[in-house]
Amino acid sequence: MTVLTEQREPRTQPETRKIRGKVHLREHLMGWFFVGPFGIVFLAFLIAPLGYALYLSLFQKKLIGGTSFVLFDNYVKAFTDPSFLSGAWFVIRFSLVSIPVQIALALAMALILDAVTTLFARFSRLMIFLPYAIPTVIGAVMWGFLYSKGFGPLTDIFGLFGTTAPDFLGSNLIFYGLLNVVTWQWAGYYMIILYSALQGIDPTLYEAARMDGAGRWQIATRIKIPLIAPALILILVFSLIGTLQFFNEPQILRYLAAGTIGTDFTPNMYAYQQAFGLANFNYGSAISFALGGVVFICVYAFLFFTRKRRSFL
Amino acid sequence: MADRTSVRAGSRRPQRYLPLQILLGFLVIYFLVPFWWIIVNSSKDAPGLFGGGNTLWFTDRIDYLGNLEQLFTYDGGIYLRWILNSTLYAIAGGIGATVLAVMAGYGFAKYRFAARRFSFAVVLGALMVPATALVIPTFIMFSRLGMTNTIWAVILPSLLNPFGVYLMHVYARDAVPDELLDAARVDGAGELRTFLQIALPMMRPAVVTVLLLSAVASWNNYFLPLAMLSDNRLFPVTVGLGLWQGIASANNSGSTSLWSLIILGSLVSVIPLIVAFFSLQRHWRGGLSVGGLR
Repeated sequence: MTVLTEQREPRTQPETRKIRGKVHLREHLMGWFFVGPFGIVFLAFLIAPLGYALYLSLFQKKLIGGTSFVLFDNYVKAFTDPSFLSGAWFVIRFSLVSIPVQIALALAMALILDAVTTLFARFSRLMIFLPYAIPTVIGAVMWGFLYSKGFGPLTDIFGLFGTTAPDFLGSNLIFYGLLNVVTWQWAGYYMIILYSALQGIDPTLYEAARMDGAGRWQIATRIKIPLIAPALILILVFSLIGTLQFFNEPQILRYLAAGTIGTDFTPNMYAYQQAFGLANFNYGSAISFALGGVVFICVYAFLFFTRKRRSFL
Repeated sequence: MADRTSVRAGSRRPQRYLPLQILLGFLVIYFLVPFWWIIVNSSKDAPGLFGGGNTLWFTDRIDYLGNLEQLFTYDGGIYLRWILNSTLYAIAGGIGATVLAVMAGYGFAKYRFAARRFSFAVVLGALMVPATALVIPTFIMFSRLGMTNTIWAVILPSLLNPFGVYLMHVYARDAVPDELLDAARVDGAGELRTFLQIALPMMRPAVVTVLLLSAVASWNNYFLPLAMLSDNRLFPVTVGLGLWQGIASANNSGSTSLWSLIILGSLVSVIPLIVAFFSLQRHWRGGLSVGGLR
């Protein structure tokens, strides 16, 4: 975790340093006064549940013999459980495809919107961002309708060409169906973050590059993209964390694609099913924790490979 | 940020690039298709919806008012309750999380107190914790306290917003000069007054951003209330519509009217957030860039 922290020391005036004892106590007290309330919530709703989940995950509840301490048996079970493994494999595969697609699209849109400054471009920026304001659940409901045979336009559109519509809720194409929902939902949000970063670049840099004979494409690839690399890394990490925890969209589309999306489709859905469907809180906690481990390893590996650890956050 | 944009826009004539604009046009269509579908189909009654007509165009009968009436009276007006619940959760969770995040971010940025570095590292580490991994143990903790199935079970956990703390920390560090705070102290202002009257106004763009992001997160929350609540009168609108969808799919023939309620219900539920986003646009955009730039 220490790799993530790179921060400036708050400045202390030379005069105040001389009367150290009194000032220090005051600084401690005021610092904790400001941080304390958040600290309490942090302990109560993050540290305590994490600790409790870890504790729960070390026990097993049996019909005969009650609850017993089993150390890592639940984890051994999880990492040999085909349901967990197939779910984990799905979210990893899904991340590898969906994150590059989303970020490439977001980056392209941000670059276009940074270059084109018409009224229509400003309107487009808002419209592209619009899906972020939609709850993921509602987004999934909307796309579910569009995909469905009864309500959706796909049957009509493909009927015009005399072919049958692809079934994005069927087991062959559900991957792409979900990919589309996620891209629609998040690409605009990432675009806004990248766009804000692009707008923060000093325009005189472009002038200088133009003087040196750089074209628009070169300015985009050699100046703009490298300068917004920290923002790119940030959204990559957040999308990775989010995608590995995939839950809302498949959970909602499950109703429409009953045969395709099972209760163990993603690790989070499996944990939910174990805990709330089967009241198996010990194993559910172990799966959550194992998923947390997968997330942590993936994020750390990503940060390691991009070698941007020092400039992130 | 705002200055730079206006200088750019002012000093040069608008850049047009027609092919790129056409490309943008196609993208806008893609991003708006679901909205269009839902606006069109909210106007239909059950026969229109299932009649097999054009799903992307209106039927002869446009009946928003009738459908709205049905939506708000179905099951004793449960839908309105869900909307109000969502509003309550979003406002309480949003404001609470923002107050905590602003104070903590300011504290981390401006005071050198014991265990500061360590605490901040822990908060940053928390950004990586899958939020949903917390739901199961939090549920059990609340159920031990007999607090599941209450509004507190949804509001209290949503007060936690480590990303907000990070954003406020960066913003307070860069946008609020220490010299100004020291000057206020020399003039005899207390720490709290310095914070409220000097620092807070300077942090406003980031405060609005964090407020909006926390409120949206609470409004959009699905997993937590789904796990915590069993009484459907406490549901937020996301869980409520999910419930309706489950019922309607399980029993396809008998619930044709429920489908039109879900469609209109989805439309109505997204309006408040769209309005909030667009009306506050000026304020949150500046704050959002901070997190990405560092």
